[in-house]
Amino acid sequence: MATIISLDPRVTRLSIDEGVNERDVLIPTLDQHPTFEVFHQEKSGSHHVHVGTLHAPNPELALILAKEQFGRRGQTHNIWVVKTEDVFTLTSEDSDIFDTVPEKTYRDVSAYMVRNKVEAFKKAQKEGAE
Amino acid sequence: MDTNALKNYLLRTADDQLIIAHRHSEWTGFGPLLEEDIAFSSIAQDKLGHAQALYNIAHEHCALPNADTLAFRRNEKDFLCCQFVELPNGEYDFSLIRHFLFDAAEYFRFSALSESTFEPLAKLAVKIRGEIKYHLYHGRTWVVQLGANGTDESRVRMQTALNYAWPFALGMFEQMATDSLLETSEVIVSEEILKKQWLEFVKGVFDEAGLKIPENSTPVFGGRGGFHTEYLQPLLSEMTEVIDIDPSAEW
Repeated sequence: MATIISLDPRVTRLSIDEGVNERDVLIPTLDQHPTFEVFHQEKSGSHHVHVGTLHAPNPELALILAKEQFGRRGQTHNIWVVKTEDVFTLTSEDSDIFDTVPEKTYRDVSAYMVRNKVEAFKKAQKEGAE
Repeated sequence: MDTNALKNYLLRTADDQLIIAHRHSEWTGFGPLLEEDIAFSSIAQDKLGHAQALYNIAHEHCALPNADTLAFRRNEKDFLCCQFVELPNGEYDFSLIRHFLFDAAEYFRFSALSESTFEPLAKLAVKIRGEIKYHLYHGRTWVVQLGANGTDESRVRMQTALNYAWPFALGMFEQMATDSLLETSEVIVSEEILKKQWLEFVKGVFDEAGLKIPENSTPVFGGRGGFHTEYLQPLLSEMTEVIDIDPSAEW
């Protein structure tokens, strides 16, 4: 049987029968590695920021693979990886617990108007010094 | 410093990088898992960069043609890479074993070169230290994972690949007659010394991985003198396919 001739010589070299219908090839059940969450740190001392997820058989390989997935462009100082299953989270239906009643402005920093007082204080200090 | 000796050393070191870069890049899009495909392709790009940097030094200091000409316009017999890097990828087990054995050698070679009395080489060695360290870390971790922490199949595959790779890997340390001139002026350290450091290191990793180094192997030499396997010419033909259409084209 004739084999597939591709523009990609690597495909041609695989000698795949032309008659093979892709849909007839039995695809085994996906047996992916577990996922890890990747946290990227740009500079020493800065926060680690979550940048994505990857598959790996264990934490050590997750770190190695994360270096290329997330650390090869731009500046990187360090990386954390955490097993996705070790991340505890709420379900999205529970996101309403973060809705607070908007009237309680006294809980917001922006509700405190101190600028005028600070400026008045600074002015008084300055005048006192002169 | 002896220019011919230096020319030979730079070219063979660069050719190793170029040819293994091409072999590694053949996995792009075919890797065993997406993340590994990306990582291995990135390693291939690093290797290509190392080859280019070495060709540039050869161009500037040994009156050789520029990097592109050295990479794409030479005949097969003018390549001085070891035969190890020419071998076809076969399965991923062999590619990983070769990658590990090659990068362990690179690690010691460039550590030594970072103290070379030939400044351009010493500077380059310092510059690429991190990349080589990562390549070795990557290779070492996979070898231990698939040897000691994988399945029976993965361990047998790694051992079979190692048995096949070993005599070729020993061929990386083929000494050339002109090397002694560079050793005396402390431009390079001898292949013998590198091989000793390399052996000790890879043995430790293979112990950890539960893999055995084949005994009584005869190194496969020849590559440094331009004698290659049947696999190099097809690789070069494929690598130069585009430039061959119009060698004078400007990119």
